[in-house]
Amino acid sequence: MHKLWLIIKREYLTRVKSRTFILTTLLTPLGIIAFIAIMGWILSYKSDDQVKILVKDEAHLLQPAEQNTKFVLDFANAPIEQLKKQVKAEGYKGLLYLPPIDSIGVSSYNVLFYSDKSLDLESTYTLRSRIKSKLKEFKMKKMGLEAAQLKLLKTAVTIDPEPIEKGGENRSSMTAVVASAVGGVMGYFMFLIIIMYGTMIMRSVSEEKINRIVEIIISSVKPFYLMLGKIIGVGGVGFTQLAIWLLVIPLIMFGANQFMGGSAEITQMSGQLPPEVVSEGMDKIYQVLHELANMNWWVIIPVFLFFFIAGYLMYASLFAALGSAIGEDMNDAQSLTMPVMMPIILAVYIMFSVIKEPDSPLAFWSSIFPLTSPIIMPVRAIYDTPWWQILLSMAVLAITVIGLVWLSGRIYRIGILMYGKKASYKDLVKWMRTK
Amino acid sequence: MLQIQDVKKAFHNHKALKGVSFNVPEGIIFGLLGPNGAGKTTLIRIITGIFFPDEGQVVMEGAPIQGLRYEGLGYLPEERGLYKKMKVGPQLVYLTELKGIPHKEAKEKVIAWMRKFDMLSWWNKKIDELSKGMQQKVQFIATVAPEPKLIILDEPFTGLDPVNTNLIKDEIRRLRNQGVSIIFSTHRMEQVEEICEHIVLINDGQKILDGEVARVKEDFKKQHYRVRYQGALPADFSHSLDVIADEPGELVVKLPDDNSAILLRALADAHVQVKSFEEVLPTLNEIFIQLVTDENHA
Repeated sequence: MHKLWLIIKREYLTRVKSRTFILTTLLTPLGIIAFIAIMGWILSYKSDDQVKILVKDEAHLLQPAEQNTKFVLDFANAPIEQLKKQVKAEGYKGLLYLPPIDSIGVSSYNVLFYSDKSLDLESTYTLRSRIKSKLKEFKMKKMGLEAAQLKLLKTAVTIDPEPIEKGGENRSSMTAVVASAVGGVMGYFMFLIIIMYGTMIMRSVSEEKINRIVEIIISSVKPFYLMLGKIIGVGGVGFTQLAIWLLVIPLIMFGANQFMGGSAEITQMSGQLPPEVVSEGMDKIYQVLHELANMNWWVIIPVFLFFFIAGYLMYASLFAALGSAIGEDMNDAQSLTMPVMMPIILAVYIMFSVIKEPDSPLAFWSSIFPLTSPIIMPVRAIYDTPWWQILLSMAVLAITVIGLVWLSGRIYRIGILMYGKKASYKDLVKWMRTK
Repeated sequence: MLQIQDVKKAFHNHKALKGVSFNVPEGIIFGLLGPNGAGKTTLIRIITGIFFPDEGQVVMEGAPIQGLRYEGLGYLPEERGLYKKMKVGPQLVYLTELKGIPHKEAKEKVIAWMRKFDMLSWWNKKIDELSKGMQQKVQFIATVAPEPKLIILDEPFTGLDPVNTNLIKDEIRRLRNQGVSIIFSTHRMEQVEEICEHIVLINDGQKILDGEVARVKEDFKKQHYRVRYQGALPADFSHSLDVIADEPGELVVKLPDDNSAILLRALADAHVQVKSFEEVLPTLNEIFIQLVTDENHA
């Protein structure tokens, strides 16, 4: 037992102290934040070029012009043909012609834009919505409606799920949305960790085999302990990295926010929106926070941790077995890892369907099947999945983990001493059976 | 110290060991010899506990080591390696601790050995910053620092310069004098001849020779005697002798029943000046080649 601890300690410390670990641990949050910032910048990108447009407004909708930075609208009332020439002569982007409106009964209104160049999407959208809202004002005036009256006509409708049994959980329409977001993040996260640290173990095993230190170690300890020590040690590295990220990311986000005055941008953005939209947005945020607070974390967190640890152990031991079968040529790894990668990747795809329909037969079976359950079951646990299903899935997974760790150990102990020939799955089965 | 008792091991269809037995007493340098593929590595792996024998057993200090790791064993494999990115000192301490030695004690032992080899300044160097010869020395310390009672050295001198080879040879002898048993596996017969006291030769999974080096040579000698002389021998000198080689100033003769007096008398009669007279013993290399080729032809 002491030797297992020594191995765990070495596997853990050499990695945590390595430059690569320190760099990736610190740079990843910065990278994520830089990515978010760049994405934000791309999405909010607007060209500063002003668009000059000549307008013949026979409907009197846009006059008097509300000037803003984006558009310069010049009004003219000459015949179209003459104005077209003016567009070319004076460097306008085009001529916007708003025909007169006959009655308030029109259900569609066709505005013409004369130009050799097409108008960009954003400008089209902005112009159209401005015309639309002016048209609405015009119609309201004609009908003698007040803005307040119109607001009265609008009624928000939500479908609020209520439990049939008393004492059941009360949920709101946001429950499903928040749950699926949390589930998606958790599942994806699990997938990343398994792939990242699984391949790390595989590489480390094959390195020990290739530089032959393994023979010295296993003359002191049983190969199984070396494998187990490595899996636990590397798992510890994963946990450490996560813990640091969970701590550092919010801190950096907060710091960046303070530093760059990010909140000012949000205020500015919301300043452009009608107040009702803003308050609706705030409502949504409160609802999401409320939903998050209301989720039964005392179920979700333990279930997540169990499946996280068990799933990690299962896949890590499989990757260790594969690592022991790889020779000097890392290319061999590809064909060997495929069958192990497949169920993980499949599980992520199934997860997206499970989020939509957490009680479908696909969801049920994939949350029981041990190779996919570590990713699927925690997602289902967010919804009201019956306890017996969660427990059944845990039991199946636990048995599979024990079985696979044992089998991997059998492959590993032979694989690490096999040199030269490229190993196939047939060889792995043979090694399993070797006394 | 160590008894190998009728050990058999097969891999699928290939019989690597077909029943090998021998004893390694305490405080001896013991040569385990054999051509490539004879089963030496398999046997070593069974002694280290890495492999289980199919039949037979390995007894260490009176107790069978069925599936156990004998902590008094130091093993230097032929294909050797260390953690390349790990520092020399911590790596040696780690490997020593894995033999069940507490951290503090392990560190003291490693420091003592590194001081002895004048390597203490390398403590914080990574293995891949060292030359190949230096790595070999680190590897040797890794084997001996836990103070094993039985050491298995598989080709320990490859890659070492003559100075370091001697350094390690001296250490091996010093350990032997302290009562440590050393199993020395190599193809280099001149090294075996130089340091081994007892040898076992394995071929094709079977033991074909087992004995003290001096005894083995005695058994395989061909009653050849070599004379170096000055002067001229009469033309008919060798007529009555069984001459093996006749070169100017040197003569090798086979003497039945080791009767060297015949030759000495003839030389005295011939009035030549005898510079040296010696019995020619076969080298282990000759014995090795003879036995292995005989076996394979049989």
